[in-house]
Amino acid sequence: MSDVSFVRTEMLQEQTPPASEVGIIGWVRHNLFSGWFNSILTLISLYAIYYVLSGIVPWIFQSVWNANSLTECREIMMATWGSTHGHACWAVINDRWLQMLFGFYPDHLYWRPILALVLLLIALAPILYSERVPSKLLYLTAAYPFLMPFLMWGGTIWGPISAALGFVIGWGVYTVLSKQLSGLLGLVLGVLATVIWWLVLSGYVVGAMDSILPIGIEAVQSRQFGGFMLAILLGVVAIGVSLPIGIVLALGRQSDLLIVKYLCVGFIEFIRGVPLITLLFVASLLLNLFLPPGTNFDIILRVMIMMTLFSAAYMAEVIRGGLAALPRGQYEGADSLGLNYWQAQRLIIMPQALKISIPGIVSTFIGIFKDTTLVSIIGLFDVIGLSSAIRADTAWNGIYWELFAFIGALFFVVCFSMSRYSMYLERKLQTGHR
Amino acid sequence: MKKSVFLGAATVATLAAGAAMAGTADDVKARGKLNCGVTTGLAGFAAPDANGEWKGFDVSMCRAVAAAVLGDPNAVEFVPTTGKTRFTALASGEIDLLARNTTWTFSRDVDLKFEFIGVNYYDGQGFMVPKELGVSSAKELDGATVCIQTGTTTELNLADFFRTNNISYEPVPIETNAEAQQQYLAGACDVYTTDASGLAATRASFEDPSAHILLPEIISKEPLGPLVRHGDNEWGDVARWTLNALISAEELGVTSANINDIASSTDNPEIKRLLGTEGTLGEMLGLDAEWAQRAIAAGGNYGEIFAKNIGEDTPIGLARGLNAQWTDGGLLYSPPFR
Amino acid sequence: MTTLTDPPKEHFRLSMLLYDTRYRSATIQVIALMGFMLLAAWLLSNTIQNLEALGKPVEFGFFSEPASYDINQRLLEYDSRDSHLRAALIGLLNTLVVAVLGCITATVIGVLVGVLRLSSNWLVSKIMTVYVEMFRNVPVLLWIVFAMAILIESLPAPRAFRGEDPAATMDLFNTVAVTNRGVYIPEALFSRSLGDIHFFGDSALRFDVSLDLIAIIVVLAGSIFAMRKVIAWANRTQEQTGDRPKTWHILLGLFFVPMLTLLVALGFHLGYPELKGFNFTGGTHMRNSLIALWLALSLYTAAFIAEIVRGGILAISHGQTEAAAALGLRQGRIMRLVILPQALRVIIPPMISNYLNLTKNSSLAIAVGYMDITGTLGGITMNQTGRELECVLLLMLVYLCISLSISAVMNWYNERVKLVER
Repeated sequence: MSDVSFVRTEMLQEQTPPASEVGIIGWVRHNLFSGWFNSILTLISLYAIYYVLSGIVPWIFQSVWNANSLTECREIMMATWGSTHGHACWAVINDRWLQMLFGFYPDHLYWRPILALVLLLIALAPILYSERVPSKLLYLTAAYPFLMPFLMWGGTIWGPISAALGFVIGWGVYTVLSKQLSGLLGLVLGVLATVIWWLVLSGYVVGAMDSILPIGIEAVQSRQFGGFMLAILLGVVAIGVSLPIGIVLALGRQSDLLIVKYLCVGFIEFIRGVPLITLLFVASLLLNLFLPPGTNFDIILRVMIMMTLFSAAYMAEVIRGGLAALPRGQYEGADSLGLNYWQAQRLIIMPQALKISIPGIVSTFIGIFKDTTLVSIIGLFDVIGLSSAIRADTAWNGIYWELFAFIGALFFVVCFSMSRYSMYLERKLQTGHR
Repeated sequence: MKKSVFLGAATVATLAAGAAMAGTADDVKARGKLNCGVTTGLAGFAAPDANGEWKGFDVSMCRAVAAAVLGDPNAVEFVPTTGKTRFTALASGEIDLLARNTTWTFSRDVDLKFEFIGVNYYDGQGFMVPKELGVSSAKELDGATVCIQTGTTTELNLADFFRTNNISYEPVPIETNAEAQQQYLAGACDVYTTDASGLAATRASFEDPSAHILLPEIISKEPLGPLVRHGDNEWGDVARWTLNALISAEELGVTSANINDIASSTDNPEIKRLLGTEGTLGEMLGLDAEWAQRAIAAGGNYGEIFAKNIGEDTPIGLARGLNAQWTDGGLLYSPPFR
Repeated sequence: MTTLTDPPKEHFRLSMLLYDTRYRSATIQVIALMGFMLLAAWLLSNTIQNLEALGKPVEFGFFSEPASYDINQRLLEYDSRDSHLRAALIGLLNTLVVAVLGCITATVIGVLVGVLRLSSNWLVSKIMTVYVEMFRNVPVLLWIVFAMAILIESLPAPRAFRGEDPAATMDLFNTVAVTNRGVYIPEALFSRSLGDIHFFGDSALRFDVSLDLIAIIVVLAGSIFAMRKVIAWANRTQEQTGDRPKTWHILLGLFFVPMLTLLVALGFHLGYPELKGFNFTGGTHMRNSLIALWLALSLYTAAFIAEIVRGGILAISHGQTEAAAALGLRQGRIMRLVILPQALRVIIPPMISNYLNLTKNSSLAIAVGYMDITGTLGGITMNQTGRELECVLLLMLVYLCISLSISAVMNWYNERVKLVER
């Protein structure tokens, strides 16, 4: 009898994993070459990357930065590399980049659009990063809609002040009357007072104040707006103004009032059913026909109006999505507290629905922002329109890729960062809801 | 809600005030600016430079009118228009004068209700082909692919030409000159057709202009001229006679360089009437006496404007051809200032 | 006996319109309707006044005038003597062609990319991410222009095919010519053709339908019907006896024999493109403008669809994948049989709006000179006739109809998928 039983009393030394499973090799094996199919995919991808980069990288980096015309560019290329193919002529960007960013905005006033943009970011901060920013900044947010046109268009300061005053007057009339008479009547009269102020009185008041106390900055015609600035301006105005319209449309679409509902549905579906370019045709060709004889908005304002209507329809759908995402209990809770419709909307529904909608609003903004390039088709000088104008200059006649590459890069940087932000927001909101 | 947006925008921003159908000249004077419609960019005719300053042949026409009416050649707001928007912009009063190499046709004059005030450039539609194709006449282009710039009368002329000659072709419509140029150079079309002036300008910008030839056929008449709205004859007269003043000045040898000397020293009664040192022509137009002096001083006479913007010494390199004075065998013929 | 007395009847007072919830909604609606009608009337009267001042009454008579311009891609017979209405119709067909082609390719690419973005291959998923982000964040107008420029610059011109030692040659056994004017592919020709049927006589809407095509469709439909019968018979036999009869040779025969017979009877042969004069002639010519627009639109839309598909797949709980794996299904089958059908429910509604966007974005065709309805009706016709109001309104109406029909069809499909699901 022999005792063959064996009990291990001490553990074996842990073995290091095989070299093929860890480190770079392991990572490569797992992520790139796990199986024949993946290996083929990897090889194809590597070749595709090489092919694209080998074409683009020399073009971008073996390039001419300083020249006054395309012919000069070509001469430099011939002298340096012996061929004009495969080399970019960035000199055109060097020469015209300020114009592509600001259009024909007077160059000593470039600080104004820049300031407007910076203020916009600050004004948005309390909404977008509510928890990290002092809420006092909300005052700036409220003032911004009046500050921005003042900065962009310039002119007398009384214009925006009187426009803001319209809201103050409306609010004053509403608060006074709603206590004495009734809420609804107060609201109606308040709106009426605002409209009368804007339509009839403010013109005189602005004129009078301007002659008494002429404070103002140099006025800039909207015709001089252009370039990338125009895209941002159109996008911001369209989204900013369409937000309240969108809310009203979304509520209208959900309302029990049949006629109101169908008016809203009709508007939304009509706008969403036609391409933006046809609406821009309306702005450039027809809008003047629809207005009383003699009125003449300039083309940028007309485009702003149509873009606003366009984005309002999309905004309404985004907000409707936000409303639909709210649990039914929120509405019932509001009802049980005895709140009426508007109180419920203002205190319970809208704050939550809007918060959920922010990612959607940001992506609508990205969409509108990209769509602003279409204004070049009706002859406005946004970046693309300007690029054709630059090519019409005899110095740069014949240049092509450089301008489009620059424009594409501009749009990519802005839209990409916004979409990243919206994703971050989506993640943040999701954790709050599940 | 929509309405308040409207009004808010209207109060906050500048509202280009009323465009009355009558009295454009008074409107322009009251505004202190001439709104002039130009192209969104056509080499030699109108294009903004790096400082946003508009330059070109059509632009000079605008500046001359502004100088005549307002006394300042820089008192012009240039409104870029496309082939689509130009007529609407003029009809709606957004612009006072359209100087956008627009062909004077019957239907535009009569049906669309515009008034062409003259011709500042006699053009015609031509063809450009690469030399290596070995084509010497447009009638040999059977089956060719033709790049056309759309939005003009070009495509109509082309359709008529190929139809009357009973040959087939493949049209490739293209929005802008830059794209047409690119397609033509890459061989995506055999032929590029547009106004002969545009062809010459395009060819001049090629790396090797000698590899391309313009075919002898000019298939259409394209009298390009500035235009104004129907029914405002006073304004039409101002624009028309400004153009005529530029043309007459060249005929009479008045240039922007010598205009001051001539105005004080000349004995030629026609020059005197033109420059306002004699007679009351300016008053009849509703302007002051020196209107034509200022128009000529702004950018020079017709010949100077031509030479500076599109002439043979510029990259565009156009010869005067039909656009020479009638005394030199061209078609430019200004009615007398009398 | 107790009598129920009605509560004292309230007399109607005017203020009840505002304060009584029974009437208030009616009041608001009436006011809204009146406001709307006032607005509409105001716009209409302005328009009438303005048009009168311009001396341009609204009339559609110009539609019957000759268009006088040529259109390169025409699915129906058209020449420059045809009317503006016919030109608009040709444009409309071109819009529909690019929209349909675009939607199909966008879906295919989008689904593929969406799935590949979740691939375990790091490189592939990163490349797909780069693709999606690049296309989503740059305006579609730029992509369209880019696509056209790339096609023009990188492909050989027809003249490169010429000469003793050509720089370029035709592909696929000399049957396909890829040039920078487009792709020429062989076309189907019938030497004993049955001819065409002519519809609508001489009007602007006239069109021909090839009898050959009808014959092929009829035979195809017949074959498929017969094949389904055979399969049903096979299924029945399998249920009754447990054995499935061999049917593949019958099915093959049913499919090919009638079709081949018909094709031989019609004298079917292929017409190959060949270089003649300036251009390739013969074969079907897919123009560069179509290809560029199609490519750009479908790649752009596919980037959005990829995100939707990815979101849809991620929304299916991981347990589904594990359960399917536990059943022994392979990776590809799990995706095809378990995940995608469920993800479809999440995917379809946003997909509808992407199809709509693609169709609407096809109106940018003028950027590459593709003659869609915006290029004909909203482009040359409008330029030449100067009837902006009529043309733009009609253009909007056409797009509205297209959009509404797409949403109607897709919503119907969505409902069907939902019903199957539950």
